Amino acid sequence: MASITEKAMRAIFIFCGLAIILFLVGILYILLSNSMPGLIELGLGPFFAVDRWNPGAYGEPTYSLLNMIYGTLMVTLGALIFAVPVGVAAAAYLAEIASPWEREFFKPIVEILAGVPSVVLVFFGLVVLAPLIARAFNLNSGLNAFNGALLVGIMALPTIITLAEDAITAVPKEYRHASLALGGTRWQTIWKITIPAAFSGITASAMLGMGRAIGETMTVLMVTGNMVARPESFLDSVRTLSAGIAIDIGDVVFNSIHFHALFVAGLLLFLITFAVNLLADILIQRKPEVSK
Amino acid sequence: MKTGVLDRGIVFEKKKSEWRSHELIGFWALRLTLVLVLFILGIIVFDIVSKGAGVINWEFLTQPPRVGMTEGGIFPAIVGTFYVTLITIAFAVPLGVGAAIYLNEYAVQGKFTRLVRMSVRNLAGVPSIVFGLFGMAVFVKIFGFGPSLIAAGFTLGLLTLPVTVTASEEALRTVPRAYREGSFALGATRWQVVRTVVLPRAIPGILTGTILGLARAAGETAPILATGAAFFLPHLPDSIRSQFMALPYHLFIMSTQHHAISQVRPIAYGTALVLLALVCLLNLAAVLLRKRYRDRVAKGL
Repeated sequence: MASITEKAMRAIFIFCGLAIILFLVGILYILLSNSMPGLIELGLGPFFAVDRWNPGAYGEPTYSLLNMIYGTLMVTLGALIFAVPVGVAAAAYLAEIASPWEREFFKPIVEILAGVPSVVLVFFGLVVLAPLIARAFNLNSGLNAFNGALLVGIMALPTIITLAEDAITAVPKEYRHASLALGGTRWQTIWKITIPAAFSGITASAMLGMGRAIGETMTVLMVTGNMVARPESFLDSVRTLSAGIAIDIGDVVFNSIHFHALFVAGLLLFLITFAVNLLADILIQRKPEVSK
Repeated sequence: MKTGVLDRGIVFEKKKSEWRSHELIGFWALRLTLVLVLFILGIIVFDIVSKGAGVINWEFLTQPPRVGMTEGGIFPAIVGTFYVTLITIAFAVPLGVGAAIYLNEYAVQGKFTRLVRMSVRNLAGVPSIVFGLFGMAVFVKIFGFGPSLIAAGFTLGLLTLPVTVTASEEALRTVPRAYREGSFALGATRWQVVRTVVLPRAIPGILTGTILGLARAAGETAPILATGAAFFLPHLPDSIRSQFMALPYHLFIMSTQHHAISQVRPIAYGTALVLLALVCLLNLAAVLLRKRYRDRVAKGL
């Protein structure tokens, strides 16, 4: 009797572990199988043609994702330009300089910021930031790539701070002691020794922040304006891949070309974030070591 | 304990007066980045609390929207979020804890466990809108649930799964090996050890992770756009096959999709505050639980 329970429980737990892999493979399979009919019907070309996303057009609907890819790139890069320097500096401070009470004080704040639902954060961007941006740059509307990048950057900050801090803390203390013993100042030790030693971990944190930024949906949906035209500058309205899916997902006709085209966008998004996360994963495994 | 302080370099702090001035400027520049984070959080919370607090009263929390959603409360959205969160727990917790138990208690560490762990990390990185697509294709269409509480709950459950697995594994890992070995030596089987020795001690940690996962799920909008969230429903959901209203979706509607956006702005602020308060309370509960738990572990109890 006991051995039956024993075997059953083992089987259940193995199934749970297996299920995780199956879910990830399942997501890829569903994205592939639902985008295939669209890819077969149209080929790969129209999705990357210099054109617009206009699946509802009479006569000649177009399904180009190109402008949305531009939009995603602009918002992601803009977010990283802001979030990586601020995040790494904050992480360096927390890991190397902050006194224990400062850490006790600032770390929960970073955690709370991570916990703020994106829809709440972006509501703030919509009602407070957008008018400010419109006034500052003399625009009709503050709903543009700049606003989106700023908010997505804020959203990526906690990820970058937490992971970069872990990476810096993981640098063996021997590195610091050696530098200080040789007469290096703490400032020199941080920038010349500790941070370079933690470089792969810090890069990983930036990449995971990037993964977060690429996939962020509600933010870009609500504050970037969502125009499908090709953006010329950060002050233009953009539509990203994630927002493009979110806009159409509610009322798309099941199994239409439009439906399959949304899955092509989803597949692209999945592959990009998967590659970014995988690379980050590899980088995180590389830790500085002390040679014996 | 002493060395822990020394490792952080605090030992050098005694010579504070000897720090060179350019170093001090540099340190302050770094500190300012954290002050900036504090400032961002502060200004968001202040704006939402100051403009949302006036809207919140008993009626707002217990009445459905009226007059084309320009008046009344957000009761159905609160109830909907509560229900969908329950389904998320029912989906994610057994699977997540089970996977963690497999990884930490049953599996021989090797290629397969590495693959499982890698899948967990990559699942955590999948964009929420892709979960939405998956949920729409699988739960809504293939399983035939239609847009419903159960389809949305399962979709959110998938999204929370990585948080649950990671937190549960961490909790299991804090249980000392000696406990397991002691029980094995007394002739206990593996399942007996897990059930009577490991799990009871890991429960607070698992609970913490579960709450954190829920806080994330409760605030997500993209995955429920096409899996069950409704613009407006005249009555509360009466089965798991019903559509539902949810707080984050309601906020999205009230701030961008409503026909009289400026008129309903106070309602949007009120909704934002309720959602923010809910998520903060969940996070606070998790943090307090974790702190108590870590103190207990540190004391070796």
